[in-house]
Amino acid sequence: MSLFTILISTIFVNNYVFARFLGICPFLGVSKKTDTAFGMGVAVTFVITLSSIITYFIQKGILDTLNLGYLQTIVFILVIATLVQFVEMVMKKTSPTLYNALGVYLPLITTNCVVLGVAILNIQEGYNLIQTIVNAIGASIGFTLALVLMAGVREQLELADVPKALEGFPITLIASGLMAIAFLGFNGLV
Amino acid sequence: MKLSETFRNGLIKENPIFVQLVGMCSTLAVTTSAKNGLAMGLAVTGVLVGSNLVISLIRNVIPDKIRIPSFIVVIATFVTMIEMFMKAYAPALYSALGLFIPLIVVNCIIFARAESFASKNKPIPAIVDGLGMGLGYTLALIILASIRELLGAGTLFDHQIMSASYQPALIAIMPPGAFIILGILIGIFNKVRMSNEEKKAAEETKSAVEA
Repeated sequence: MSLFTILISTIFVNNYVFARFLGICPFLGVSKKTDTAFGMGVAVTFVITLSSIITYFIQKGILDTLNLGYLQTIVFILVIATLVQFVEMVMKKTSPTLYNALGVYLPLITTNCVVLGVAILNIQEGYNLIQTIVNAIGASIGFTLALVLMAGVREQLELADVPKALEGFPITLIASGLMAIAFLGFNGLV
Repeated sequence: MKLSETFRNGLIKENPIFVQLVGMCSTLAVTTSAKNGLAMGLAVTGVLVGSNLVISLIRNVIPDKIRIPSFIVVIATFVTMIEMFMKAYAPALYSALGLFIPLIVVNCIIFARAESFASKNKPIPAIVDGLGMGLGYTLALIILASIRELLGAGTLFDHQIMSASYQPALIAIMPPGAFIILGILIGIFNKVRMSNEEKKAAEETKSAVEA
């Protein structure tokens, strides 16, 4: 698969939120305002790309050579948790402004299944290093896109008159469903 | 809290999906058929019971500062066990659920129970809590999956239910259907809960007036 195909496919056709259902928790939790949604998107982009590269080397260098494939889940989640902590510490020291902007989202990322999902999918699909990076970037752009679009919709929903039982979470889910239908329109693009 | 109360708490009152709204990713993704929903629910229940038990047993040994990494290792171990077990004994289900088996690790519900229940309670209540929450999760998954399968394929647990002339509404088993149907289900759940509360409040005022 060409790099461009991978990029388009992960952003639109197989959008990680709408088609693969990864990262639904932050998608529903942090999509109340457009700017916080964007901040979360940037933080996730950073972590997904870094963790994809690191897990790629760990898989090829350690797990495959030592025949320890069954430890994949444990090793990957530990790497991601450590990485998030590390990124948080480095950011706090080197760029307090960025830290203040993204700080609150960073710990949340550990339990964001997009990060682990992308890392595992990279290995399952047999991507090489370049494809892994492109896939990671595409996944993050797709995630950010979904988050920001949804935030825009929810800002409007605040003003709408919604039946009491559907307020908050249910109506957000229904709106996401409608948006997922729109994303179905990209099917066949790749 | 009594054990039966702990159990019921997870099953209905604090249902992970309909009330706590956690663990959404796998809920939406695997509920394309009732069978997948049931399998995923049982896998999560297995992990939940195991991790709750172990975390409760070692709760006094873990220093507070490194409890989160320790929880993750315990949970990941059980997920790997379930993964290997399913690969060996139910390869068809394993490939149907695919990525979402390893992703049980980051399912918020397991972590939430470890942090808020298992790390503060004795092993027996922790197991019961795991069972209750796990079965509550399974129940919600089966309800959602049955509706989606019935509408989207006209079958239930792979048995033909709808008449042959039924045109399946494919949208129900496609991603948008998952979002919309779950949204409506939670809405109904809220409605029932609200009218129950209203009834209770009305009865209380009535008895207060009579007294």
